Amino acid sequence: MAINKDLKIMMLQNMLRIRNFEEKVKELFQKDLIRGSVHLYIGEEAVAVGVCSALMENDYITSTHRGHGHCIAKGVDIKLMMAELLGKESGCCKGRGGSMHIADMDKGVLGASGIVASGIPIATGAGLSAKYFNTKQVVVSFFGDGASNNGTFHECLNLASIWKLPVIFICENNQYAITVSTKLSTSVENIAIRSKSYGIPGETLDGNNVIGVYEATKKAVERARRGLGPTLLEFKTYRYEGHWFGDPNVYRKQAEIDEWKKKDPILKFKNELFKNNVINEADFNKLVDEVKMEINEAEKYAIESPIPLKEKVLDDIFS
Amino acid sequence: MSEKTYAEAIKEALFEEMNKDNRIIVMGEDVGLQGGVFGATRGLLEQFGSERVRETPISEGSFVGCAIGAAITGLKPVVEIMYIDFITLALDQIINQAAKIKYMFGGKAEVPIVIRTQGGGGRGNAGQHSQSLESLFIHIPGLKVIMPSTPYDAKGLLKSSLMDNNPIIFIEHKLLYSLKGDVPEKEYYIPIGKAEVKREGKDITIIATSYLLHKVIGLADKLKENEGIDIEIIDPRTLKPFDYDTVINSIKKTGKLLIVHEACRTGGIGAEISSRIVEQAFDHLDAPIKIVASKDSPIPYSKVLEDAIIPSEEDIENAIKEIIRKKSYRS
Repeated sequence: MAINKDLKIMMLQNMLRIRNFEEKVKELFQKDLIRGSVHLYIGEEAVAVGVCSALMENDYITSTHRGHGHCIAKGVDIKLMMAELLGKESGCCKGRGGSMHIADMDKGVLGASGIVASGIPIATGAGLSAKYFNTKQVVVSFFGDGASNNGTFHECLNLASIWKLPVIFICENNQYAITVSTKLSTSVENIAIRSKSYGIPGETLDGNNVIGVYEATKKAVERARRGLGPTLLEFKTYRYEGHWFGDPNVYRKQAEIDEWKKKDPILKFKNELFKNNVINEADFNKLVDEVKMEINEAEKYAIESPIPLKEKVLDDIFS
Repeated sequence: MSEKTYAEAIKEALFEEMNKDNRIIVMGEDVGLQGGVFGATRGLLEQFGSERVRETPISEGSFVGCAIGAAITGLKPVVEIMYIDFITLALDQIINQAAKIKYMFGGKAEVPIVIRTQGGGGRGNAGQHSQSLESLFIHIPGLKVIMPSTPYDAKGLLKSSLMDNNPIIFIEHKLLYSLKGDVPEKEYYIPIGKAEVKREGKDITIIATSYLLHKVIGLADKLKENEGIDIEIIDPRTLKPFDYDTVINSIKKTGKLLIVHEACRTGGIGAEISSRIVEQAFDHLDAPIKIVASKDSPIPYSKVLEDAIIPSEEDIENAIKEIIRKKSYRS
């Protein structure tokens, strides 16, 4: 598959955008400007970017508690995301949702959810709509290795298979579900093999290779758009931070984290682009500077935005 | 006017609204060829085809969640949960997703889904097929809960539910499906959130829901003739949002309130209604509010045991007499 240079540069910059956004989230969380918990995507950027780069703007995604990366990759305005994390009225969910409930219907982001595996049925339903109205839209359902052991995962693969729904099930296997290793919780080493139980294609791939992710997703998207039904893709990846920011990581060793950092998706892709003369060091630094400026602007926007009015707290419960 | 059964009235509501709005689809177990195990969707598959009338696998969590995802993206699903006892399998999707999506997403998404289900005992279906679980849902902000007692109400309220853009739990009763009642030929809608005075009276206000409403109605003439007690019966029809105005207006007249529901006593809707009336209309009460409800027990199988749990006509009559005959608590 030939991928043009502009797309590659866009993917690299998008991964940088996610990485830097998450680093900024850490900073703001430590200053108590962000409440509750944050679940950072650092290390997994190639999955969100590779997958979302294969989608059109009106395709749908459902996201997870670890969803900032998905939302950024799908094109949600980071100023509105930052304002949401700071609980401001100008946030994409008017401060009602916070980190785990980012949504942007205009960008096809049908919402992040804090219940593991709960986005999978919602994505399946969006696939039903797309098929019913014959819009040729496809739906990506992001979920983790933990979700693949949940009942709804199995039910939805079955349902999407029998109804031939245009859903691409993306399992981000980062080896741990909260604090428990997949080795202890999951009955198979490669989760994608479970696709066989539902009569749909499945593939396990390196989630830290953004081009590989992109190409596999593109194939699955085309299959779905042609009405041939769902696919399960498993991307093996890794998160450097704990399940939640502040997680003491008692369940894994620093050596393992360091090993994975050597396979960092941004580093890998950058080196590949350098090697193939797609960009040079100066270009790269420019991309980084642009991203940092965007993040700083988003921070400023969020901090300066007004807080919601408590008189409006009961608005929007019902239509 | 023509006489229709409750099941036919529901089917008519679906038929009429599906004809008008192609966003409405029906999903659930056995809703196609079988027409639903209670016949409420009979004929819809033949009329509208399998794209619009979808039989699901036995997987409530996923097909309710699927309906929610479809609702957010432009469809208006009517999902049937065969027995309300099975709704427990879909509670995450109903409580954590459907009820909260509009709010959590800053008002920018809508979940126009109607979940039709049925509950209640009296047929020997035992503990896992006889429950009245409406309380679970009135407790969750973001859901509307409707419980019609007659064919007329069922049709009008289901039609209104299909026009509403919120997640609605529409609770029917297994003993009501064959009940016949007058249903207008002309099209009509009943507003959600409006109670109905089913029988006017002056001595006591009785709120009764679903199948038990008919037990109360059955007592009215006998109480009038034999005891001189003239009961006013209110059918809330919608449990949430609840029409307290109609109830309070009635209490201003009667000064006494009895609530009759099939859900278990503890945490049943009677508890909620009672506390609100005490807050808002205490000065109009001449006696403590009583609640006649199922005893706090799983519903047993054997008839004598089932009858001992679910409120009987005798239980209701005794409660009415107790309220009427007690001296005023003020003197």
